[in-house]
Amino acid sequence: MARIDLDLAHSYLPDPQQDSDYALLPLQMSFADGGAYALLGPSGCGKTTLLNLISGLVRPSRGAVRFDGADVTARSPQQRNIAQVFQFPVVYDTMTVADNLAFPLRNRGLPPERIKARVGRIAEMLELSGQLHQRAANLAADAKQKISLGRGLVREDVSAVLFDEPLTVIDPHLKWQLRRKLKQIHHELKLTLIYVTHDQVEALTFADQVVVMTRGRAVQIGTAAELFERPQHMFVGHFIGSPGMNFLPARWREGAVEVAGRRLPVAPALVGTLSAAGEFTLGVRPEHVTLADASAEGALVAEVTQVLDIGTYWLLTARAGEALVRARLSPASAIPQVGEQVGLEVLGPHTCFYGRDQQLIAAGSEPQALRASA
Amino acid sequence: MKPINQKAWWLVLPVVICVAFSAVLPLMTVVNYSVQDIISPERRVFVGTEWFAAVMRDEELHAALWRQLTFSLAVLAVEIPLGIALALSMPARGWQASLVLVLVALSLLIPWNVVGTIWQIYGRADIGLLGAALAWLGVDYSYTGDATDAWITVLAMDVWHWTPLVALLCYAGLRSIPDAYYQAARIDGASRFAVFRYIQLPKLRGVLMIAVLLRFMDSFMIYTEPFVLTGGGPGNATTFLSQYLTQKAVGQFDLGPAAAFSLIYFLIILLLCFILYNWMQRVGTADREGAGHE
Repeated sequence: MARIDLDLAHSYLPDPQQDSDYALLPLQMSFADGGAYALLGPSGCGKTTLLNLISGLVRPSRGAVRFDGADVTARSPQQRNIAQVFQFPVVYDTMTVADNLAFPLRNRGLPPERIKARVGRIAEMLELSGQLHQRAANLAADAKQKISLGRGLVREDVSAVLFDEPLTVIDPHLKWQLRRKLKQIHHELKLTLIYVTHDQVEALTFADQVVVMTRGRAVQIGTAAELFERPQHMFVGHFIGSPGMNFLPARWREGAVEVAGRRLPVAPALVGTLSAAGEFTLGVRPEHVTLADASAEGALVAEVTQVLDIGTYWLLTARAGEALVRARLSPASAIPQVGEQVGLEVLGPHTCFYGRDQQLIAAGSEPQALRASA
Repeated sequence: MKPINQKAWWLVLPVVICVAFSAVLPLMTVVNYSVQDIISPERRVFVGTEWFAAVMRDEELHAALWRQLTFSLAVLAVEIPLGIALALSMPARGWQASLVLVLVALSLLIPWNVVGTIWQIYGRADIGLLGAALAWLGVDYSYTGDATDAWITVLAMDVWHWTPLVALLCYAGLRSIPDAYYQAARIDGASRFAVFRYIQLPKLRGVLMIAVLLRFMDSFMIYTEPFVLTGGGPGNATTFLSQYLTQKAVGQFDLGPAAAFSLIYFLIILLLCFILYNWMQRVGTADREGAGHE
């Protein structure tokens, strides 16, 4: 086990010129020993590249990878002692399940009795004990992926275990089970786990710390609550949550925030930052938009364009000027009809403000504290 | 009960007619010959299984059959490992891959009789590169005089001609293995040999089965190359089954025995391929069935 420090950039091209040539823009990141991390982002955002850089399957074109302070950039995956589980199950077809699990240990020359004990323990954790003597080739996809997971977890001394969307091929009801299993294993074995996924639910439930990535950039590292409450970048607000954050173009005018033709008063603590910014974007999650009277002061006037029943809540879409605003409403509240004029309150302790570079500049009522932590 | 629609037979009919004219009717002619003694176009006598019995007792035929089996097994023993080794050493991508593919496939484009002619000249001690080089090295080599030399030359010719086929099949098989397998092997700390033994070889099973069957059937019917090179000699050293058959049918006009033998030949190939196919299938599925009953 090890603490992993990255300070690197990577391009698959021999001579990168501009930002878009990079699979991974220059970044600095640390993974603490024994932590459970998730790399979250859409396809092609560089998360798999980042994972392969950590494991040593790919060498960074610039910078270094350090394990416990030692530079391992030039070392192979074996030398780094990394375990990695891939998106699609990789099993050695001609071997039994037990031989598959023992393979990484045998290659490292462990004594047979220790291999046996370790394989038995991992098989038990993953509920593979009953199938140990079957041939791996004949199992279903989820059992095969469990073998892949098992081969990743079987070595006790690994620096870290990396997962590259390992639950893609698994049935939804088994996904929950396996994710819980992984979390439990993390508690038992105290391994450093890094988990790549494009599924926010998966990332937020699995990891202590989630790294949100887009276009080769890591835009925020934080806990599930931090990512939800205070997205540091508009992409995080947009990507996390279902549906994502509402973004409304806004500007500072005559001591108040002007949004969609309405001037809204804000907390005194925000005045300095917002008046200095001039033009900015207001972000508010659908969960935090509340209905008000259309004539109420401090509320946007909007026309309801769509109302959807999503089972546990109603999703209301309304047009305020040019912008669309979504709101999650509890089924208990009175649901307006399509075409009705409603008032929407978008300012509150959860509201965030973003500057021209899409970075968070202020939020809620305590902007100074938040800016310091960013 | 399911309704039965007999109209579907009409859809099969064109194929049935084609196969009847291309395969079944010629085969029946052979069957016809094999049970009759044809003395002249007007006079023929039904002889029953007499030709079959005669052919089965034919010492020369037994010798040719053993020669043939040894040859085919030698072909497999050399071409399959060599083909795999060749495929493993071929570049995976880039212009080098295209170039190597074309070079490897070249020998497959050459007709059988030309291959025979090439090697006939190549092996001559006076003007052939191989023959002259061997003579210069002091090796007493002559495919026309020495039975072993002739046999080895025919084998070398077949290896030269057909190993690329095995190599190309294996190459295609190797390229279809996802990268994740190699990455996983690196992560698991597998040696180069372990990668071959546990990833590449198992994944090649399908194409290897095709390669073994193709090469076995093909080499079992070898005719043109030894015919051009040695005419079956010296002695009977390179008289393989089809050569022997041709001598019977065309050389001596013993149509009855030749036809009877053709049928036996056909059955031998069918039987051997059946056994080979089942055996290779079994290698892959034996444990599967075992696992299913646990």
